[in-house]
Amino acid sequence: MATSRVRLAFTPAPVHVRTARLVGVAVARRAGVAEELLDEVRLAIGEACTRAVALHRQYGLADLVQVEMSDGDTYTVRVTDRAPVEAGLGLTALPPDELANESLTDEALTVGVGFALLAGLVDDLQVRPAEEGVGTEVCMHWPLRSAPGGTRRWVGE
Amino acid sequence: MELSLATRIVADHAVLEVGGEVDVYTAPRLRERLTELIDSGARNVVVDLARVDFLDSTGLGVLVGAHKRLRPVGGTFSLVCAKESLLKVFRITALDQIIPLHETVEAAIGSRADGAGQAPGQTGSGSLGDPGGGGPSGLGGGKSTGPAQ
Repeated sequence: MATSRVRLAFTPAPVHVRTARLVGVAVARRAGVAEELLDEVRLAIGEACTRAVALHRQYGLADLVQVEMSDGDTYTVRVTDRAPVEAGLGLTALPPDELANESLTDEALTVGVGFALLAGLVDDLQVRPAEEGVGTEVCMHWPLRSAPGGTRRWVGE
Repeated sequence: MELSLATRIVADHAVLEVGGEVDVYTAPRLRERLTELIDSGARNVVVDLARVDFLDSTGLGVLVGAHKRLRPVGGTFSLVCAKESLLKVFRITALDQIIPLHETVEAAIGSRADGAGQAPGQTGSGSLGDPGGGGPSGLGGGKSTGPAQ
């Protein structure tokens, strides 16, 4: 089956994250992601874009955040930032006993919670260096309910 | 959907009704409103998320921040949330173990006598899947200041 792609790039500003969420869910729906997964898709794309925007702002980068959606065997979303690789790969989820830590800044808390959400929402999640240039890429996959033409097809079968 | 914020006073609680999407763009306005409430002397704060369609990590961070600011001054902070999509977010992040969650405003206010909230699924009336579960209508007057911008 031919892979269909949609690409989106936006200035690293919070106001554009919602746009990325809306586009990501619209493409997911069209690709055949099950309705019951769309809330998770929306939240995960939002978290990945929020993470990228935060990294760009932290490092004063005006580069565009890139989002690519494709619907080959799975619905795949790749969100690429241009921050130093060590910064992007160094983010980890906060363990529950750290959440109430008084010394934790709001920013650190948000970053840790965001990564916990990503890891909890997406079964197939990878955070890796960008394929081209500086930066990291958050790559997420979701199963497709049906192939074009109506044939039911589940990933892994 | 744009963020909406409305505050009312019920008994000695400040109830902040939030609607729309709470994300990296809108969360700063929620933080400002909570800071205003706490700085103006509110010590028992209930945030009603019944009309929230979307909540991300930035919004969660704001809620935890308010919880942490109230704790040292002897205040209470609790949430009203009955939507499964939002409850899932609290469960995944384990924040349901940090902030008391209730199905209704009445339950949130009533729980204060117990000194702490209850975990989702252990609260009083209604069911977690009930879309109308968080309806606070009918509770007393107080001021109303919404929607924001």
